[in-house]
Amino acid sequence: MIRVVLPPHLRTLARVQGEVELDVRGPVTQRSVLDALEATYPMLRGAIRDHGTHQRRAFLRFFACSEDLSHELPDAPLPEAVATGAEPFLVVGAIAGG
Amino acid sequence: MSQVRVLVGTRKGAFVLTSDAKRQRWDVSGPHFAGWEIYHVKGSPADPNRLYASQSSAWFGQVIQRSSDGGKTWETPGGGVTPSPGGMPAGESNKFVYDASPETGKPLTTHQWYDGTQKPWVFKRVWHLEASLDDPDTVYAGVEDAALFRSSDGGETWQELPGLRGHGTGPSWQPGAGGMCLHTILLDPSHPDRIFVAISAAGAFRSDDAGKTWKPINRGLHSQYIPNPTAEVGHCVHRIAMHRSRPNVLFMQKHWDVLRTDDAGEQWREISGNLPTDFGFVIDVHAHEPETIYVLPIKSDSEHYVPDGKLRVYRSRTGGDEWEALTKGLPQKDCYVNVLRDAMAVDSLDPCGVYFGTSGGQVYGSADAGDNWAPIVRDLPAVLSVEVQTLP
Repeated sequence: MIRVVLPPHLRTLARVQGEVELDVRGPVTQRSVLDALEATYPMLRGAIRDHGTHQRRAFLRFFACSEDLSHELPDAPLPEAVATGAEPFLVVGAIAGG
Repeated sequence: MSQVRVLVGTRKGAFVLTSDAKRQRWDVSGPHFAGWEIYHVKGSPADPNRLYASQSSAWFGQVIQRSSDGGKTWETPGGGVTPSPGGMPAGESNKFVYDASPETGKPLTTHQWYDGTQKPWVFKRVWHLEASLDDPDTVYAGVEDAALFRSSDGGETWQELPGLRGHGTGPSWQPGAGGMCLHTILLDPSHPDRIFVAISAAGAFRSDDAGKTWKPINRGLHSQYIPNPTAEVGHCVHRIAMHRSRPNVLFMQKHWDVLRTDDAGEQWREISGNLPTDFGFVIDVHAHEPETIYVLPIKSDSEHYVPDGKLRVYRSRTGGDEWEALTKGLPQKDCYVNVLRDAMAVDSLDPCGVYFGTSGGQVYGSADAGDNWAPIVRDLPAVLSVEVQTLP
Protein backbone atom coordinates (compact mmCIF):
# COMPACT_ATOMS: atom_id res chain seq x y z
CA MET A 1 0.00 0.00 0.00
CA ILE A 2 1.12 3.53 -0.72
CA ARG A 3 1.06 5.84 2.27
CA VAL A 4 0.11 9.51 1.77
CA VAL A 5 0.28 12.26 4.36
CA LEU A 6 -2.10 15.14 3.70
CA PRO A 7 -2.00 18.60 5.29
CA PRO A 8 -4.57 19.06 8.08
CA HIS A 9 -7.09 21.04 6.00
CA LEU A 10 -7.22 18.33 3.35
CA ARG A 11 -7.58 15.60 5.98
CA THR A 12 -10.61 17.51 7.27
CA LEU A 13 -11.99 17.92 3.78
CA ALA A 14 -11.53 14.22 3.01
CA ARG A 15 -12.81 13.26 6.47
CA VAL A 16 -9.79 11.13 7.29
CA GLN A 17 -7.42 11.03 10.20
CA GLY A 18 -3.74 10.23 10.01
CA GLU A 19 -2.17 8.78 6.91
CA VAL A 20 -4.13 7.65 3.88
CA GLU A 21 -3.32 4.25 2.39
CA LEU A 22 -3.86 3.69 -1.30
CA ASP A 23 -3.74 0.71 -3.59
CA VAL A 24 -1.86 1.89 -6.67
CA ARG A 25 -1.65 -0.41 -9.65
CA GLY A 26 1.21 -0.14 -12.11
CA PRO A 27 4.17 2.23 -11.79
CA VAL A 28 4.15 4.34 -8.65
CA THR A 29 4.44 7.95 -9.78
CA GLN A 30 3.11 11.31 -8.64
CA ARG A 31 0.37 10.98 -11.22
CA SER A 32 -0.68 7.45 -10.31
CA VAL A 33 -0.67 8.22 -6.59
CA LEU A 34 -2.70 11.41 -7.01
CA ASP A 35 -5.07 9.67 -9.43
CA ALA A 36 -5.69 6.97 -6.84
CA LEU A 37 -6.07 9.55 -4.08
CA GLU A 38 -8.64 11.57 -6.03
CA ALA A 39 -10.52 8.44 -7.09
CA THR A 40 -10.97 7.44 -3.46
CA TYR A 41 -11.56 10.97 -2.19
CA PRO A 42 -13.21 12.89 -5.03
CA MET A 43 -13.62 16.00 -2.90
CA LEU A 44 -9.85 16.45 -3.17
CA ARG A 45 -10.04 16.95 -6.91
CA GLY A 46 -8.86 20.47 -7.66
CA ALA A 47 -7.45 20.91 -4.14
CA ILE A 48 -3.98 19.51 -4.87
CA ARG A 49 -3.71 19.96 -8.63
CA ASP A 50 -5.76 21.89 -11.12
CA HIS A 51 -8.93 20.20 -12.36
CA GLY A 52 -8.04 20.59 -16.00
CA THR A 53 -4.27 20.88 -16.37
CA HIS A 54 -3.37 18.66 -13.38
CA GLN A 55 -0.65 21.16 -12.48
CA ARG A 56 0.31 21.22 -8.82
CA ARG A 57 -1.29 24.13 -6.98
CA ALA A 58 1.21 26.89 -6.36
CA PHE A 59 1.24 26.74 -2.55
CA LEU A 60 1.66 22.97 -2.32
CA ARG A 61 4.81 20.88 -2.39
CA PHE A 62 5.49 17.16 -2.64
CA PHE A 63 8.12 15.51 -0.44
CA ALA A 64 9.28 11.94 0.20
CA CYS A 65 12.37 10.41 1.77
CA SER A 66 13.63 13.90 2.75
CA GLU A 67 13.60 14.98 -0.90
CA ASP A 68 11.60 17.74 -2.56
CA LEU A 69 9.83 16.04 -5.45
CA SER A 70 7.65 19.02 -6.36
CA HIS A 71 9.39 19.66 -9.64
CA GLU A 72 9.81 16.07 -10.75
CA LEU A 73 7.86 15.04 -13.83
CA PRO A 74 4.46 13.59 -12.95
CA ASP A 75 5.27 10.25 -14.54
CA ALA A 76 8.73 9.87 -13.00
CA PRO A 77 8.93 6.90 -10.61
CA LEU A 78 8.69 7.81 -6.95
CA PRO A 79 11.43 6.49 -4.62
CA GLU A 80 11.36 2.75 -4.00
CA ALA A 81 10.67 3.34 -0.31
CA VAL A 82 7.40 5.07 -1.25
CA ALA A 83 6.47 2.28 -3.65
CA THR A 84 7.01 -0.34 -0.96
CA GLY A 85 5.17 1.65 1.69
CA ALA A 86 8.25 2.05 3.85
CA GLU A 87 8.04 5.84 3.54
CA PRO A 88 5.02 8.11 2.98
CA PHE A 89 4.43 10.53 0.12
CA LEU A 90 3.89 13.94 1.71
CA VAL A 91 1.63 16.71 0.41
CA VAL A 92 2.78 19.83 2.22
CA GLY A 93 1.26 23.29 2.30
CA ALA A 94 3.70 26.15 1.87
CA ILE A 95 4.24 28.45 4.82
CA ALA A 96 2.77 31.57 3.30
CA GLY A 97 1.14 33.67 5.93
CA GLY A 98 -2.47 33.37 6.97
CA MET B 1 -42.45 31.74 17.05
CA SER B 2 -40.28 32.96 14.22
CA GLN B 3 -36.53 32.51 14.26
CA VAL B 4 -33.69 34.39 12.70
CA ARG B 5 -30.60 32.67 11.35
CA VAL B 6 -27.59 34.82 10.48
CA LEU B 7 -25.03 33.18 8.20
CA VAL B 8 -21.57 34.67 8.61
CA GLY B 9 -18.59 34.04 6.34
CA THR B 10 -15.18 34.98 7.73
CA ARG B 11 -11.51 34.75 6.84
CA LYS B 12 -11.20 31.62 8.98
CA GLY B 13 -14.51 29.81 8.83
CA ALA B 14 -18.29 30.16 8.86
CA PHE B 15 -20.55 30.85 11.81
CA VAL B 16 -24.29 30.42 12.21
CA LEU B 17 -26.01 32.76 14.66
CA THR B 18 -29.59 32.00 15.69
CA SER B 19 -32.16 33.78 17.78
CA ASP B 20 -35.88 33.90 18.36
CA ALA B 21 -37.88 36.84 17.01
CA LYS B 22 -36.91 39.06 19.92
CA ARG B 23 -33.35 39.02 18.59
CA GLN B 24 -31.84 39.59 22.00
CA ARG B 25 -30.21 36.27 22.84
CA TRP B 26 -28.11 34.57 20.24
CA ASP B 27 -26.68 31.10 19.89
CA VAL B 28 -23.39 30.96 18.00
CA SER B 29 -22.28 27.80 16.20
CA GLY B 30 -18.98 27.41 14.44
CA PRO B 31 -16.44 27.72 13.15
CA HIS B 32 -17.56 25.55 10.30
CA PHE B 33 -14.74 24.81 7.80
CA ALA B 34 -12.28 26.17 10.33
CA GLY B 35 -9.24 27.85 8.87
CA TRP B 36 -10.72 28.35 5.39
CA GLU B 37 -11.92 31.58 3.87
CA ILE B 38 -15.69 31.52 3.61
CA TYR B 39 -16.62 34.14 1.08
CA HIS B 40 -20.35 33.54 1.26
CA VAL B 41 -23.06 31.37 2.82
CA LYS B 42 -26.56 31.63 1.38
CA GLY B 43 -29.85 29.86 1.98
CA SER B 44 -32.47 28.81 -0.51
CA PRO B 45 -35.68 30.87 -0.43
CA ALA B 46 -37.55 27.71 -1.48
CA ASP B 47 -36.10 25.53 1.29
CA PRO B 48 -34.49 27.48 4.11
CA ASN B 49 -32.65 24.42 5.38
CA ARG B 50 -30.75 24.16 2.12
CA LEU B 51 -27.62 26.26 2.44
CA TYR B 52 -24.67 26.70 0.11
CA ALA B 53 -21.22 27.85 1.21
CA SER B 54 -18.21 29.00 -0.75
CA GLN B 55 -15.09 27.68 0.98
CA SER B 56 -11.77 28.69 -0.51
CA SER B 57 -8.07 28.81 0.16
CA ALA B 58 -4.99 30.06 -1.62
CA TRP B 59 -3.47 26.66 -0.91
CA PHE B 60 -6.25 24.31 -1.83
CA GLY B 61 -8.57 26.23 -4.15
CA GLN B 62 -12.35 26.24 -4.24
CA VAL B 63 -14.74 23.94 -2.40
CA ILE B 64 -18.52 24.12 -2.54
CA GLN B 65 -20.31 22.95 0.57
CA ARG B 66 -24.00 22.18 0.90
CA SER B 67 -26.22 21.69 3.93
CA SER B 68 -29.73 20.27 3.97
CA ASP B 69 -30.39 20.82 7.66
CA GLY B 70 -29.82 24.52 8.13
CA GLY B 71 -26.08 24.30 8.69
CA LYS B 72 -25.89 21.52 11.27
CA THR B 73 -24.13 19.18 8.86
CA TRP B 74 -22.43 19.80 5.53
CA GLU B 75 -21.40 17.82 2.48
CA THR B 76 -19.39 18.42 -0.65
CA PRO B 77 -22.09 17.67 -3.24
CA GLY B 78 -20.98 15.08 -5.74
CA GLY B 79 -17.69 14.62 -3.96
CA GLY B 80 -18.29 12.58 -0.85
CA VAL B 81 -16.25 9.66 0.41
CA THR B 82 -16.98 6.60 -1.66
CA PRO B 83 -16.72 3.02 -0.49
CA SER B 84 -14.64 1.90 -3.42
CA PRO B 85 -12.76 3.53 -6.28
CA GLY B 86 -15.10 2.05 -8.85
CA GLY B 87 -18.33 3.83 -9.64
CA MET B 88 -17.55 6.85 -7.54
CA PRO B 89 -19.42 10.10 -8.06
CA ALA B 90 -17.98 12.56 -10.47
CA GLY B 91 -16.59 14.74 -7.71
CA GLU B 92 -17.00 17.83 -9.82
CA SER B 93 -18.79 20.04 -7.35
CA ASN B 94 -15.71 22.21 -7.08
CA LYS B 95 -15.03 22.39 -10.80
CA PHE B 96 -15.64 25.73 -12.47
CA VAL B 97 -14.51 25.63 -16.09
CA TYR B 98 -15.03 28.62 -18.35
CA ASP B 99 -17.00 27.87 -21.47
CA ALA B 100 -14.66 28.12 -24.45
CA SER B 101 -16.91 26.66 -27.12
CA PRO B 102 -17.35 28.71 -30.27
CA GLU B 103 -21.09 28.03 -30.39
CA THR B 104 -21.95 29.60 -27.08
CA GLY B 105 -20.64 33.05 -27.28
CA LYS B 106 -17.43 34.04 -28.95
CA PRO B 107 -15.00 32.36 -26.59
CA LEU B 108 -13.39 35.07 -24.65
CA THR B 109 -9.89 34.47 -23.47
CA THR B 110 -8.59 37.77 -22.15
CA HIS B 111 -9.58 40.74 -20.01
CA GLN B 112 -7.79 43.93 -19.08
CA TRP B 113 -5.13 43.78 -16.39
CA TYR B 114 -4.30 46.63 -13.97
CA ASP B 115 -1.69 47.98 -16.36
CA GLY B 116 -3.97 47.93 -19.38
CA THR B 117 -2.52 44.78 -20.94
CA GLN B 118 -4.68 41.76 -21.70
CA LYS B 119 -4.63 38.69 -19.42
CA PRO B 120 -6.33 35.33 -19.78
CA TRP B 121 -9.32 34.50 -17.64
CA VAL B 122 -8.29 32.30 -14.69
CA PHE B 123 -10.75 30.91 -12.15
CA LYS B 124 -9.85 31.84 -8.57
CA ARG B 125 -12.86 31.54 -6.26
CA VAL B 126 -16.60 31.89 -5.79
CA TRP B 127 -17.53 35.23 -4.27
CA HIS B 128 -21.29 34.96 -4.15
CA LEU B 129 -23.90 32.19 -4.21
CA GLU B 130 -27.53 32.96 -5.03
CA ALA B 131 -30.08 30.18 -4.80
CA SER B 132 -33.06 30.13 -7.13
CA LEU B 133 -36.26 31.63 -5.78
CA ASP B 134 -38.25 28.45 -6.35
CA ASP B 135 -35.88 25.47 -6.68
CA PRO B 136 -33.45 24.52 -3.88
CA ASP B 137 -31.25 22.59 -6.31
CA THR B 138 -30.70 25.52 -8.65
CA VAL B 139 -28.04 27.97 -7.55
CA TYR B 140 -25.95 30.64 -9.24
CA ALA B 141 -22.31 31.38 -8.46
CA GLY B 142 -20.55 34.66 -9.13
CA VAL B 143 -16.84 33.99 -9.50
CA GLU B 144 -13.43 35.61 -9.86
CA ASP B 145 -12.26 36.07 -12.65
CA ALA B 146 -15.68 37.47 -13.32
CA ALA B 147 -18.24 35.06 -14.72
CA LEU B 148 -21.60 33.60 -13.81
CA PHE B 149 -22.10 29.88 -13.28
CA ARG B 150 -25.26 27.90 -12.57
CA SER B 151 -25.88 24.50 -11.03
CA SER B 152 -29.23 22.77 -11.40
CA ASP B 153 -28.27 19.67 -9.40
CA GLY B 154 -27.67 21.09 -5.96
CA GLY B 155 -24.11 22.17 -6.62
CA GLU B 156 -22.82 18.84 -7.95
CA THR B 157 -21.87 20.29 -11.34
CA TRP B 158 -21.54 23.83 -12.63
CA GLN B 159 -21.99 25.33 -16.07
CA GLU B 160 -21.03 28.81 -17.11
CA LEU B 161 -23.63 31.15 -18.59
CA PRO B 162 -21.17 32.27 -21.27
CA GLY B 163 -23.27 35.02 -22.80
CA LEU B 164 -22.14 37.38 -20.06
CA ARG B 165 -18.41 37.12 -20.74
CA GLY B 166 -19.07 36.68 -24.42
CA HIS B 167 -21.34 39.61 -25.09
CA GLY B 168 -18.54 41.86 -26.29
CA THR B 169 -17.20 44.17 -23.59
CA GLY B 170 -15.15 41.56 -21.72
CA PRO B 171 -11.74 42.71 -22.96
CA SER B 172 -12.30 46.05 -21.21
CA TRP B 173 -13.24 44.56 -17.83
CA GLN B 174 -10.50 44.93 -15.25
CA PRO B 175 -9.91 43.84 -11.67
CA GLY B 176 -10.64 46.12 -8.75
CA ALA B 177 -8.37 46.05 -5.73
CA GLY B 178 -10.03 42.85 -4.54
CA GLY B 179 -9.80 41.10 -7.88
CA MET B 180 -12.10 40.92 -10.90
CA CYS B 181 -15.12 39.44 -9.22
CA LEU B 182 -18.77 38.94 -9.97
CA HIS B 183 -20.13 39.72 -6.51
CA THR B 184 -23.80 40.56 -6.86
CA ILE B 185 -26.59 38.39 -8.30
CA LEU B 186 -30.20 39.58 -8.06
CA LEU B 187 -33.08 37.43 -9.27
CA ASP B 188 -36.25 39.28 -10.21
CA PRO B 189 -39.23 37.73 -8.38
CA SER B 190 -41.76 39.11 -10.83
CA HIS B 191 -39.85 38.35 -14.01
CA PRO B 192 -38.35 34.85 -13.74
CA ASP B 193 -36.00 35.28 -16.69
CA ARG B 194 -34.52 38.55 -15.47
CA ILE B 195 -31.15 38.50 -13.68
CA PHE B 196 -29.03 41.43 -12.56
CA VAL B 197 -25.32 41.02 -11.81
CA ALA B 198 -22.53 43.39 -10.86
CA ILE B 199 -18.79 43.08 -11.43
CA SER B 200 -15.77 44.91 -10.08
CA ALA B 201 -14.60 46.61 -12.19
CA ALA B 202 -16.91 46.30 -15.13
CA GLY B 203 -20.29 47.48 -13.87
CA ALA B 204 -23.86 46.22 -13.78
CA PHE B 205 -25.44 43.92 -16.36
CA ARG B 206 -28.95 42.62 -16.97
CA SER B 207 -30.29 39.55 -18.70
CA ASP B 208 -33.96 39.25 -19.68
CA ASP B 209 -33.68 35.71 -21.03
CA ALA B 210 -32.46 33.69 -18.05
CA GLY B 211 -28.81 34.47 -18.63
CA LYS B 212 -28.44 33.73 -22.35
CA THR B 213 -27.79 37.32 -23.39
CA TRP B 214 -26.74 40.35 -21.41
CA LYS B 215 -26.57 44.11 -21.69
CA PRO B 216 -24.52 46.58 -19.66
CA ILE B 217 -26.77 48.86 -17.58
CA ASN B 218 -24.40 51.62 -16.52
CA ARG B 219 -25.89 54.76 -18.02
CA GLY B 220 -25.69 57.56 -15.47
CA LEU B 221 -22.62 56.17 -13.70
CA HIS B 222 -19.67 58.54 -13.54
CA SER B 223 -16.22 57.22 -12.55
CA GLN B 224 -13.24 59.55 -12.57
CA TYR B 225 -10.76 56.69 -12.28
CA ILE B 226 -11.34 55.37 -15.81
CA PRO B 227 -10.27 57.05 -19.05
CA ASN B 228 -13.85 57.77 -20.10
CA PRO B 229 -15.76 58.51 -16.89
CA THR B 230 -19.13 57.69 -18.48
CA ALA B 231 -18.01 54.60 -20.39
CA GLU B 232 -20.44 51.78 -21.07
CA VAL B 233 -18.35 49.45 -18.86
CA GLY B 234 -15.37 49.74 -16.52
CA HIS B 235 -17.16 51.06 -13.42
CA CYS B 236 -16.32 49.58 -10.06
CA VAL B 237 -19.76 48.72 -8.75
CA HIS B 238 -19.52 47.47 -5.17
CA ARG B 239 -23.04 46.28 -4.49
CA ILE B 240 -26.63 46.47 -5.75
CA ALA B 241 -29.77 45.92 -3.69
CA MET B 242 -33.42 45.38 -4.59
CA HIS B 243 -36.72 45.27 -2.72
CA ARG B 244 -38.66 42.30 -4.01
CA SER B 245 -41.91 44.29 -4.27
CA ARG B 246 -40.31 46.72 -6.74
CA PRO B 247 -37.68 44.87 -8.74
CA ASN B 248 -37.27 47.68 -11.25
CA VAL B 249 -35.90 49.93 -8.52
CA LEU B 250 -32.28 49.16 -7.71
CA PHE B 251 -29.91 50.87 -5.31
CA MET B 252 -26.16 50.86 -5.94
CA GLN B 253 -23.09 51.52 -3.83
CA LYS B 254 -20.35 52.24 -6.32
CA HIS B 255 -16.62 52.65 -5.57
CA TRP B 256 -17.59 56.28 -5.06
CA ASP B 257 -21.25 57.39 -5.27
CA VAL B 258 -24.55 55.93 -4.17
CA LEU B 259 -27.09 55.68 -6.97
CA ARG B 260 -30.56 54.43 -7.83
CA THR B 261 -32.45 53.41 -10.94
CA ASP B 262 -36.22 53.28 -11.32
CA ASP B 263 -36.24 51.49 -14.66
CA ALA B 264 -34.25 48.31 -14.12
CA GLY B 265 -30.93 49.94 -14.85
CA GLU B 266 -31.71 51.87 -18.02
CA GLN B 267 -30.71 55.08 -16.25
CA TRP B 268 -29.09 55.70 -12.88
CA ARG B 269 -28.96 58.89 -10.81
CA GLU B 270 -26.82 59.78 -7.84
CA ILE B 271 -28.49 59.87 -4.41
CA SER B 272 -25.43 60.41 -2.20
CA GLY B 273 -26.96 63.60 -0.80
CA ASN B 274 -25.61 64.52 2.63
CA LEU B 275 -23.54 61.36 3.27
CA PRO B 276 -20.20 62.17 4.95
CA THR B 277 -18.47 60.19 2.20
CA ASP B 278 -20.06 58.30 -0.62
CA PHE B 279 -17.39 55.61 -0.78
CA GLY B 280 -18.45 52.29 0.70
CA PHE B 281 -19.26 48.70 -0.02
CA VAL B 282 -22.64 47.63 1.38
CA ILE B 283 -26.16 48.79 0.56
CA ASP B 284 -29.44 47.19 1.51
CA VAL B 285 -33.18 47.85 1.58
CA HIS B 286 -35.61 47.64 4.51
CA ALA B 287 -37.75 44.51 4.29
CA HIS B 288 -41.08 46.36 4.43
CA GLU B 289 -40.30 49.90 3.31
CA PRO B 290 -38.92 49.91 -0.22
CA GLU B 291 -37.80 53.54 0.03
CA THR B 292 -35.80 52.94 3.22
CA ILE B 293 -32.21 52.08 2.45
CA TYR B 294 -29.00 51.59 4.38
CA VAL B 295 -25.35 52.26 3.59
CA LEU B 296 -22.20 52.30 5.68
CA PRO B 297 -19.84 55.03 4.49
CA ILE B 298 -16.12 54.22 4.38
CA LYS B 299 -13.57 57.03 4.38
CA SER B 300 -11.99 56.50 0.98
CA ASP B 301 -10.64 54.00 -1.51
CA SER B 302 -7.20 54.27 0.08
CA GLU B 303 -8.43 54.39 3.68
CA HIS B 304 -10.72 51.42 4.06
CA TYR B 305 -12.18 52.29 7.45
CA VAL B 306 -15.06 54.32 8.75
CA PRO B 307 -14.58 58.11 8.86
CA ASP B 308 -13.64 59.96 12.05
CA GLY B 309 -13.23 56.74 14.04
CA LYS B 310 -17.04 56.42 14.23
CA LEU B 311 -19.01 53.40 13.10
CA ARG B 312 -22.18 54.82 11.60
CA VAL B 313 -24.86 53.25 9.46
CA TYR B 314 -26.70 55.79 7.36
CA ARG B 315 -30.39 55.37 6.64
CA SER B 316 -32.51 57.16 4.09
CA ARG B 317 -36.28 56.93 4.36
CA THR B 318 -36.72 58.83 1.12
CA GLY B 319 -35.02 56.49 -1.30
CA GLY B 320 -31.78 58.44 -1.10
CA ASP B 321 -30.51 62.04 -1.07
CA GLU B 322 -31.49 62.61 2.58
CA TRP B 323 -29.58 60.48 5.08
CA GLU B 324 -29.51 60.16 8.86
CA ALA B 325 -26.68 58.69 10.91
CA LEU B 326 -27.57 55.68 13.06
CA THR B 327 -25.16 55.48 15.96
CA LYS B 328 -26.88 54.14 19.08
CA GLY B 329 -24.95 51.14 20.31
CA LEU B 330 -22.16 51.50 17.76
CA PRO B 331 -18.65 52.66 18.71
CA GLN B 332 -18.23 56.38 18.18
CA LYS B 333 -14.57 56.66 19.08
CA ASP B 334 -11.36 55.02 17.89
CA CYS B 335 -13.08 52.65 15.49
CA TYR B 336 -11.29 51.83 12.24
CA VAL B 337 -13.03 48.81 10.77
CA ASN B 338 -14.26 48.16 7.26
CA VAL B 339 -17.50 46.52 6.18
CA LEU B 340 -17.23 44.52 2.97
CA ARG B 341 -19.76 44.38 0.16
CA ASP B 342 -21.57 41.17 1.08
CA ALA B 343 -21.58 41.88 4.81
CA MET B 344 -24.97 43.55 5.37
CA ALA B 345 -28.40 41.94 5.34
CA VAL B 346 -31.93 42.41 6.68
CA ASP B 347 -34.48 40.03 8.16
CA SER B 348 -38.18 40.19 7.34
CA LEU B 349 -39.61 40.45 10.84
CA ASP B 350 -41.54 43.48 12.00
CA PRO B 351 -39.78 45.66 12.92
CA CYS B 352 -37.16 44.87 10.33
CA GLY B 353 -33.81 43.63 11.62
CA VAL B 354 -30.59 44.92 10.08
CA TYR B 355 -27.21 43.20 10.42
CA PHE B 356 -23.64 43.81 9.34
CA GLY B 357 -20.20 42.35 9.99
CA THR B 358 -16.85 44.11 10.19
CA SER B 359 -13.24 43.51 9.36
CA GLY B 360 -12.68 43.53 13.13
CA GLY B 361 -14.82 40.44 13.60
CA GLN B 362 -17.92 42.05 15.06
CA VAL B 363 -21.41 41.24 13.86
CA TYR B 364 -23.85 43.97 14.86
CA GLY B 365 -27.61 43.65 14.77
CA SER B 366 -30.51 46.04 15.13
CA ALA B 367 -33.97 44.70 15.90
CA ASP B 368 -35.65 48.05 15.24
CA ALA B 369 -34.68 48.98 11.70
CA GLY B 370 -31.42 50.61 12.73
CA ASP B 371 -32.48 52.83 15.61
CA ASN B 372 -30.53 50.79 18.17
CA TRP B 373 -27.62 48.42 17.65
CA ALA B 374 -25.85 45.77 19.70
CA PRO B 375 -23.06 43.34 18.92
CA ILE B 376 -24.23 39.75 18.46
CA VAL B 377 -20.62 38.56 18.53
CA ARG B 378 -17.57 40.75 18.66
CA ASP B 379 -14.46 38.62 18.29
CA LEU B 380 -14.85 36.53 15.15
CA PRO B 381 -12.23 36.47 12.40
CA ALA B 382 -12.62 39.28 9.86
CA VAL B 383 -16.12 39.09 8.42
CA LEU B 384 -16.49 38.65 4.67
CA SER B 385 -20.25 38.16 4.37
CA VAL B 386 -23.48 38.26 6.32
CA GLU B 387 -26.78 36.78 5.19
CA VAL B 388 -30.02 36.46 7.13
CA GLN B 389 -32.83 33.95 7.02
CA THR B 390 -36.17 34.57 8.69
CA LEU B 391 -37.64 31.20 9.64
CA PRO B 392 -41.27 30.48 10.50
